[in-house]
Amino acid sequence: MASAVALDARGRAFAAAPKKLKPGMAAPSFIRTGLDGKPVDLSRYKGKVLLIDFWASWCAPCIIAIPHFRAWQGQWGERGLQVIGISMDDAASDARAAAARLKVNYPVVMGDVKLADQYGGILGLPVEMLVGRDGRIIAIWQGETPPETIEKAVRAALG
Amino acid sequence: MIRQFCAALCLALLSVLPARAAATDIIPAAALIQPADLAGELKSAPPIILQVGFSKLYEQAHIPGAIYAGPGRSDEGLASLKAQAEKLPRDAALVIYCGCCPWNRCPNMGAAYTALKTMGFTKVRALYIAENFGQDWVDKGYPVVRGQ
Repeated sequence: MASAVALDARGRAFAAAPKKLKPGMAAPSFIRTGLDGKPVDLSRYKGKVLLIDFWASWCAPCIIAIPHFRAWQGQWGERGLQVIGISMDDAASDARAAAARLKVNYPVVMGDVKLADQYGGILGLPVEMLVGRDGRIIAIWQGETPPETIEKAVRAALG
Repeated sequence: MIRQFCAALCLALLSVLPARAAATDIIPAAALIQPADLAGELKSAPPIILQVGFSKLYEQAHIPGAIYAGPGRSDEGLASLKAQAEKLPRDAALVIYCGCCPWNRCPNMGAAYTALKTMGFTKVRALYIAENFGQDWVDKGYPVVRGQ
């Protein structure tokens, strides 16, 4: 697979293209305010298995996946699973309405270009990332992924 | 039991998503252009390119020269697209693209294509992005620029 080529408006190489994340790398930390107004500090979840979900309210595959994430959070939260949603909606109100409609039971923050860059570029949705208890990325899924695939990896990470 | 519940819930949720047709339902195969072909055209005779996806995607990476037209799924996005297109000659070579999600799930392309055809544009093509802009354009090594 070729690496991404980034050019500026004059066609010159653009040096600051985000570095792609891969399994084994540390999950980038961030501190954001959640849709509920509470702070979400990724570093505070160390020791947990994290399922980070980049989504948007208009993204059908994202919306299909969320009830699974909600169920897993309820089922496996006490075993150490923590789902975190990062909405790429333009408006927080859209994300908030969708999260309420879907009865999301885990923290959701608003994403932006800076956060997307930290995570290697979010150039399509959905993107899910599974992070182990050691803070290192176990798996990354881009696009519509069978829930069974993610569930199997989550179960394995929980041990 | 949980899986059955989730499946039923998913079907119910899909039924309340915005009722715009999928891109593949509206856009004829003859109007599609493949990424490799558009990348080639960029070197010789670049068409007018309109991005009809979400703004955070455009800001991260877009095709050189592409104009951000707004998401085709929303009334505001379509109004923005029409405003951008209004000043163009109706025989201009246009290419629209999105890449927000898998092609048959894209909420933007079908509506944007229809809007431009309704305005009378005769040379509208749609960039076929099978999975997403990252995998099908950026990761292929085709040129991109960043910024608004």
